[in-house]
Amino acid sequence: MDVLKKVPVREQDPKVRATNFEEVCLGYNEEEAKEEASRCIQCKNPKCVAGCPVSINIPGFIKEVENGNHEEAAKIIAQSSALPAVCGRVCPQESQCEGKCIRGIKGEPISIGKLERFVADWSREHGFVPEAPEKTNGKKVAVIGSGPSGLTCAGDLAKLGYEVTIFEALHEPGGVLTYGIPEFRLPKEGVVQPEIDNVRKLGVKIETNVIVGKSVTIDELLDEEGFQAVFIGSGAGLPMFMGIPGENANGVFSANEYLTRSNLMKAFRSDYDTPIVAGKKVAVVGGGNVAMDAARTALRLGAEVHVVYRRSEAELPARVEEVHHAKEEGIIFNLLTNPVEILTDEKGWVNGMKCVRMELGEPDASGRRRPVEVEGSEFVIDVDTVIMSLGTSPNPLISNTTKGLDINKRKCIIAEESTGKTSKEGVYAGGDAVTGAATVILAMEAGRAGARGIHEYLSANE
Amino acid sequence: MYRITRKKALNPTVTLMEIEAPMLAKKAEPGQFIILRTDENGERIPLTIADFDRIKGTITIIYQVVGATTEKLNHMEEGDSLQDFVGPLGRATNTEGKKKVAVVGGGVGCAIAYPVVKKFFEQGTEVHAIIGFRNKELVILEEEFRANSSKLILMSDDGSCGEKGLVTDALKKLIESGEEYDEVITIGPLIMMKFVCKLTKEYGIKTVASMNPIMVDGTGMCGGCRLTVGGTTKFACVDGPEFDGHEIDFDEAMARSVMYKPFERKAHEEVCNLYKM
Repeated sequence: MDVLKKVPVREQDPKVRATNFEEVCLGYNEEEAKEEASRCIQCKNPKCVAGCPVSINIPGFIKEVENGNHEEAAKIIAQSSALPAVCGRVCPQESQCEGKCIRGIKGEPISIGKLERFVADWSREHGFVPEAPEKTNGKKVAVIGSGPSGLTCAGDLAKLGYEVTIFEALHEPGGVLTYGIPEFRLPKEGVVQPEIDNVRKLGVKIETNVIVGKSVTIDELLDEEGFQAVFIGSGAGLPMFMGIPGENANGVFSANEYLTRSNLMKAFRSDYDTPIVAGKKVAVVGGGNVAMDAARTALRLGAEVHVVYRRSEAELPARVEEVHHAKEEGIIFNLLTNPVEILTDEKGWVNGMKCVRMELGEPDASGRRRPVEVEGSEFVIDVDTVIMSLGTSPNPLISNTTKGLDINKRKCIIAEESTGKTSKEGVYAGGDAVTGAATVILAMEAGRAGARGIHEYLSANE
Repeated sequence: MYRITRKKALNPTVTLMEIEAPMLAKKAEPGQFIILRTDENGERIPLTIADFDRIKGTITIIYQVVGATTEKLNHMEEGDSLQDFVGPLGRATNTEGKKKVAVVGGGVGCAIAYPVVKKFFEQGTEVHAIIGFRNKELVILEEEFRANSSKLILMSDDGSCGEKGLVTDALKKLIESGEEYDEVITIGPLIMMKFVCKLTKEYGIKTVASMNPIMVDGTGMCGGCRLTVGGTTKFACVDGPEFDGHEIDFDEAMARSVMYKPFERKAHEEVCNLYKM
């Protein structure tokens, strides 16, 4: 064993997995997990913990894995995280815990995400369930949205004895875990549903098909339905488009639509009714995780897929592992390329995309080098389907229908970071609804902060 | 689950259903819609709210069998339950401050025009309803329209009922005869709405069209229902479904409406075959 290198994780062969929706990464077995855990040097002042948004006691759980005490390891993680099977799979570890690991200076960091995933999968397979409180305190809290922030907030409040009801607009709970991230990264029945069931086992009620702002308002929940506090975890689900000519042509989709059809509606399966236009030659515009998910979905539906991104590879915002997997599967990257027009045939269908070449100029306010158009570099990519993955913004439905709830210029709800407190009494918020599109783990951290804020608020009122 | 409390065939292809959904019935307004899913493997389809009863806690939907989901729906009976039923969605029709309006409905679109006509009539607006059908067999809600409008003109393509001709012929005649409307509201097939809007533009009468594009979530998160209105992209599910008819790019909307035609035909055939067995 080379202590400088991670114990490799078993994965489906790229040629095989490019044709199915099964999970790509197979995870560690007990032996591999133990070996990887033994690489951890158990720092006295662990930098990895500081790199984790919810500060999981990483050396603590890794020590238990090394000793084969998986249930103990699960309990340690459960103190900080409600969705370990999810986060072990989808966190950008290279910029969080693993990015801070001392082992990473000379060699490869400890595979913390894969070890967390191993513990979570082990506990699910061995029936380890979180303990529900013996009795409730009789106080009712409403949580809007059943994505990572809402689930975490609800789980934490239930553990403190609150009677929590989650209201979800779609017909399935999970938010982006259900409609956004595909099966091949995050299995729905195998991983997402059991983690949601764990939250239910804590006594949390989940009501689907309720659109807060339409079916019921926050003011009604507080004034008429007997809820004493509300947490808004409604996310940032509104897709952005480029505003270029031809964008409303047939065959142009938002990544949200494409992924919702495939993931939530299971359009990739023939026994479900929702159709999806697979496309023969697909361009995905954008470079984030959502772009990688959409590209790899289109590939699995049988298309040749191009990722079109205006900056260079170094600036791709997607997780390194996702980009690596996409390349292995045969996704073609057209970097430093920006679409300017979508071309259509006489029936209004996409038959090409006019692009320009870009070069990187001076760094902008965010520190990234700004892409600049190369004059006279127009060319056409021959595609029949375009998926726009340019980011999302919060849905204004809730802020428009709630009196006294302040939002900023980007339509994000203004809330205190440490407590989730908003401008309206009794209303707390967190996750993408506050920050704009970010990560699952940051949304969980915000859900945890919101639960803390609500608990302080409702305890002070006693 | 959402129970079907009443089912009634209005004509050979159009059916009315009352669904138990108290939370929705409390909030529903004319012009809004719902999204339903018949069963676990089903797709989400939007249907406009045709009526609601706040006391009974029911929502009325009226649908025409055109594809797999409406076929499945049509095989459900009173007492059966729908898997999902969510709403009310979209913006309600703005009826405020209008003294005299014309509502132009076509085919199954008349089911959506009816609650709008009713609301205008109940608030004391003078409302002229023009409803058009291909033939006598397909007429729906004639009595309801008659009881809730100041004037009703029934048109049919073949003259088998009412007057022979198109709804635009009737509207033109009314305008030419000197009727002055604050607004025209049109609900029906895209091609009909396009020509109603073209006509009223000539006379400079403000016109609102109720659009019915393909939808998935109905809450603004996918943009599948987007339209070009006045040169900018709008999402029908949250910004609409009603828009200024003189600003809508109808040709683009018509092209987008047939995007899934091949899938729909195949799926409908498969479902039909399923019920034959």
